[in-house]
Amino acid sequence: MKKNKLLIQNSITYAIIIGCWILVQILASTGHMTSLMKGLLVPLCIYVIMAVSLNLTVGILGELSLGHAGFMCLGAFSGAFFTNCMANVIPSVQVRFFFALLIGALVAGVFGILIGIPVLRLRGDYLAIVTLAFGEIIKNLLNAIYVGMDQSGFHFSFKDTTSLGMDDTGVVIIKGAQGITGTPKAATFTIGIILVLLTLFVVLNLINSRSGRAIMAIRDNRIAAESVGINITKFKLMAFSISASLAGVAGVLYGHNLSSLAATPKNFGYNQSIMILVFVVLGGLGNIRGSIIAAVVLTMLPELLRGLNDYRMLIYAIVLIVMMIFNSSPKAIEMRSVFMDKIKKNRKEAA
Amino acid sequence: MKKRFMSAGMAAVVAMASLTACGGSASTETTAAADAKAETSAEAGESSAEAGSAEGGTLKIGVIGPLTGAAASYGIAVQNGADLAVKEINEAGGINGMKVELKAEDDENDPEKSVNAYNTLKDWGMQMLVGTTTSKPCIAVGAESASDNMFQITPSGSAVECVSNPNVFRVCFADPDQGTASAQYIGEHQLATKVAIIYDSSTEYSSGIRESFVKEAANQGIEIVADEAFTADSNTDFSVQLDKAKDAGAELVFLPIYYQEASVILKQAADKEFAPTFFGCDGMDGILTVENFDKSLAEGLMLLTPFSTTEEGSEEFTKSYTDAYGVEPIQFAADSYDAVYAIKAAAEKAGITADMSVSDMCDAMETAMTEITIQGLTGADMSWNANGEPNKAPKAAKIVDGIYEMEK
Repeated sequence: MKKNKLLIQNSITYAIIIGCWILVQILASTGHMTSLMKGLLVPLCIYVIMAVSLNLTVGILGELSLGHAGFMCLGAFSGAFFTNCMANVIPSVQVRFFFALLIGALVAGVFGILIGIPVLRLRGDYLAIVTLAFGEIIKNLLNAIYVGMDQSGFHFSFKDTTSLGMDDTGVVIIKGAQGITGTPKAATFTIGIILVLLTLFVVLNLINSRSGRAIMAIRDNRIAAESVGINITKFKLMAFSISASLAGVAGVLYGHNLSSLAATPKNFGYNQSIMILVFVVLGGLGNIRGSIIAAVVLTMLPELLRGLNDYRMLIYAIVLIVMMIFNSSPKAIEMRSVFMDKIKKNRKEAA
Repeated sequence: MKKRFMSAGMAAVVAMASLTACGGSASTETTAAADAKAETSAEAGESSAEAGSAEGGTLKIGVIGPLTGAAASYGIAVQNGADLAVKEINEAGGINGMKVELKAEDDENDPEKSVNAYNTLKDWGMQMLVGTTTSKPCIAVGAESASDNMFQITPSGSAVECVSNPNVFRVCFADPDQGTASAQYIGEHQLATKVAIIYDSSTEYSSGIRESFVKEAANQGIEIVADEAFTADSNTDFSVQLDKAKDAGAELVFLPIYYQEASVILKQAADKEFAPTFFGCDGMDGILTVENFDKSLAEGLMLLTPFSTTEEGSEEFTKSYTDAYGVEPIQFAADSYDAVYAIKAAAEKAGITADMSVSDMCDAMETAMTEITIQGLTGADMSWNANGEPNKAPKAAKIVDGIYEMEK
């Protein structure tokens, strides 16, 4: 019985995503889609993947991570780097993009493990601060590094492009603060949706597996989990690195959606990490469907408020506060349940 | 039916107005363009009157720039400059008889937001784009506008890649050109031989200028005694960099950075009683508008800027700008003012009409842009090559008594 309920719940989540995809296809083919909405589709997928993957760390593993944008940054740069280096070797953009996705996931996942080994020994606020620092290190390193490629291979420098010392065939790929420019725009909404479904598949199956139950046991009571023989480090690392590699996938999507990719405080700084955390908290810790809805609503909101000009940031903040209160304040929850009961009663009376 | 008559009537009125306006001459166009205008506007008038459904002939131009946040001063100036040019053009009868409509969107200096702004403007019906104001967003939007084949002219996107697409032109100089021009200016005027550089390694604007400056400095016999970087995360304290420059005996400090940080550097240098010549590029423009900044600190500051409010030829612009928006114009305003007039000249040359598709318009404009020469605020005899780069002479200004004084 329990299993069935779970299956139904998960199917609803998948159905929502597929339903959105069908709806968008219908709207686009009948010409009812504004350019703004069309442009927002891929970013929406990116932020949904980010929110769902962070929910794995914050909601399921129960560790506060403020460096999620750092993993996204790693994925974006490694993916875009690959796509640009291989421009002559693999002519098809789609094939390169496919491999870039794998590489982005791999690089972010490996860094997730590397960072996770020392960091996951910490708990609570300490972990949050260390991950925040890690995200900043990644961003600043990528802001300083110059990478070029010529016949003899890759050249690295932390100074400027002239000190790369390349021959005439050399092309600068990562250009310090300028980042990577000229990545082909390979990301489409359909690919985005496939990746969202893949992310959901990974996360939802992990949660409902033996490993997932072990991870949640660690969250709920670490000592009890340890006493029944659960390998704390292993399961923590597992959740953390899967979460990181999914963020890497979102990053690759980001890198292939805009033709200029640079690590600025706005897109890969801690503000972004906190923004993603807001999606997760608003959607409900551990609630995957909530994360999806929150990510979509909060990404679209500032764009839909464009008409209000300078006031939109203020309104955005106010809406955020109101939504948080409505969602999680005990009084608001009480009011909601009273309201729902009333509706139910009315319906019964009507029937 | 009634509506169609109305629009036909409107089109006729607009066409008449533009024909009469041809009598009086607008100062910024060449005679060749004016001749072309008389012909094309007559044609436009006819065709729109015949078609009747040409929406009364409006050309919708979009503007994108940071209207909020740290770089807002640039975006607002660009918006105002374009707005003023459009007002003047409309009063003088529009372009080829078309009224020009302008709409600005905020991009917060973020490529992702900038693409959203671009799409918002597309929904509005934008036919040409003046923007974007800053470089990184400009590269991202340039790729979008190239796939739509929409004509784009950026007033101030100075990174090399901004104009890499054939549909994008710019009014300002490219970053490497600014660095080279600065080094040449310092060398030729023998301002200093020992130069220190303080730059922002986290923006491509700053690191781009620095790189070409360093390259050219060697040719000009300039010795770089200190080369210090900071990033967007450490832009509040510059004492380390200033101490190094001071200890190395720098006679001139080159600041290829934005004015916000420069104002802090000037303040901290004054506290250290370190008084070399400070030399900046166009990002320095706007330093006199910083709130709570002691303007006397900027005395003697030199900057490479193509525009000064006191310069000959810009008084009229300065006056109407100040009347309309309550602040003195900065170079960005002049850049976008020129951008709109470049659109006007090219559109007249190409015979653009409002009922052309965006893509046809862009193709016609691309050719016409390389054929026009305009007398702009930011340079006399401005012309463009097919790569989208402008051709004009660099100018430098010095701040004396709180205003820019053009150097000869």
